[in-house]
Amino acid sequence: MLTKRIIACLDVHGGRVVKGVQFVDLVDAGDPAALAARHAREGADEIVLLDITATHEGRHTLLDTVRRTARELFVPFTVGGGVRTAGDAEQVFEAGADKISVNSAAVANPGLIEEIGRSFGAQAVVVAIDARRDPDAGDPVRAAQVYVQGGRKATGRRVVEWAREAEARGAGEILLTSMNADGTREGFDCELTAAVSEAVRIPVIASGGAGTVQHFADVFGRGKADAALAASIFHFGVSSARSLKEDLAACGVPVRFPC
Amino acid sequence: MTRVTVVDYKAGNLTSVLKALRHLGADVEVTDRDLGLIGRAERIVLPGVGHFNATRRLEDTGITGAVREAIARGVPFLGICVGMQWLYAGSSEAPEISGLGHFESACERFPECEMKVPHVGWNAIEPAAGSRLLSGVEDGSYVYFTHSYRAPVTADTAATADYIEPFAAAVERGNVMGVQFHPEKSGDTGLRILRNFLRWQTGRESC
Repeated sequence: MLTKRIIACLDVHGGRVVKGVQFVDLVDAGDPAALAARHAREGADEIVLLDITATHEGRHTLLDTVRRTARELFVPFTVGGGVRTAGDAEQVFEAGADKISVNSAAVANPGLIEEIGRSFGAQAVVVAIDARRDPDAGDPVRAAQVYVQGGRKATGRRVVEWAREAEARGAGEILLTSMNADGTREGFDCELTAAVSEAVRIPVIASGGAGTVQHFADVFGRGKADAALAASIFHFGVSSARSLKEDLAACGVPVRFPC
Repeated sequence: MTRVTVVDYKAGNLTSVLKALRHLGADVEVTDRDLGLIGRAERIVLPGVGHFNATRRLEDTGITGAVREAIARGVPFLGICVGMQWLYAGSSEAPEISGLGHFESACERFPECEMKVPHVGWNAIEPAAGSRLLSGVEDGSYVYFTHSYRAPVTADTAATADYIEPFAAAVERGNVMGVQFHPEKSGDTGLRILRNFLRWQTGRESC
């Protein structure tokens, strides 16, 4: 049986893993290569590294970080942040990424999804969507909007529609982050995740809000997520992927366990 | 040191495959057109992700013929993902392109149903008794898949997996082997399978 994936996410800033609450207030959480290796050892099904403050000057630091992190990693490894062109993507693949996550650049230039997919295969293109509900709308889920530039800028695009377009352009997966839930540890946005997951046939990775085992069980059940991503609960030793998966398996969620 | 020739036909990124083989101590060389290297190869790995269309290049560069000769000489051969699909007669993903035809059947897309396609993630495999490639891999071991097309279960199937219906997760006949999953991304289970391939000895070599 295909299992639900538990993905450990490393938000990287200047070569260090950091964690914030609702995209601000960053605190240091350690070395990316060491943390990635630890998560893989502890049963994470996949590692995502996001360069959250990608700048032109930071590219070399990022490529070096990707290279170091990939060296001893034998589970799927996704890298995002600052990939603006197919050339950027190629450098990150060569440094050892298996998949590239594109966010702002894909919104600005949706053709980028097709361009990267043509050279590296659709499975290698993850479209990351930072989503915020519109509390004033009659249906805040349907009206949820896509944000770019690390959550700083609203685009006016609706999340579900953008996910559909990304799929049509050849995205391999959708990484959906709820900005409302991010860093709160109060649970994933199951309604929004289900709305996106039902709208596309490619896997949807839920992100933002992981705090307890029940949150994961909910997002795999009600939220119809294919995978769930978490950062802070792993970094600070609240839970390891292994203990999380053991508990999920006990609840009847299909996970790779023992791992 | 075990020497491995990896064929680069521009179907996705090779970095992870090369890294895993080197991690296991292999002496890895890569070629995209050097038929001489394939002629002298001791072991051949054909990776590949993406569209079956990419395998067109193997015919165009003459690699298909060189690989056919190497296989006939008894050189151990491992196809990964699209590289495994290429060992069959073809794939409905690109019906105008022939595969190697070493295995008779053809690859087809997963049937339409309520389940998502592509099949992405960790799924369990059931190795067939007597598979040398999967030696030591327990029933129910998890490996990482990402694909929309798959080969049917036949007498040559070395492991099955189940998604919508059972399909060939691995194939093996003599020195010719293929895996639909990504052993380079499948943790310790994947590394064990690659190690089995690196240690695979032909009957002739051991005489």
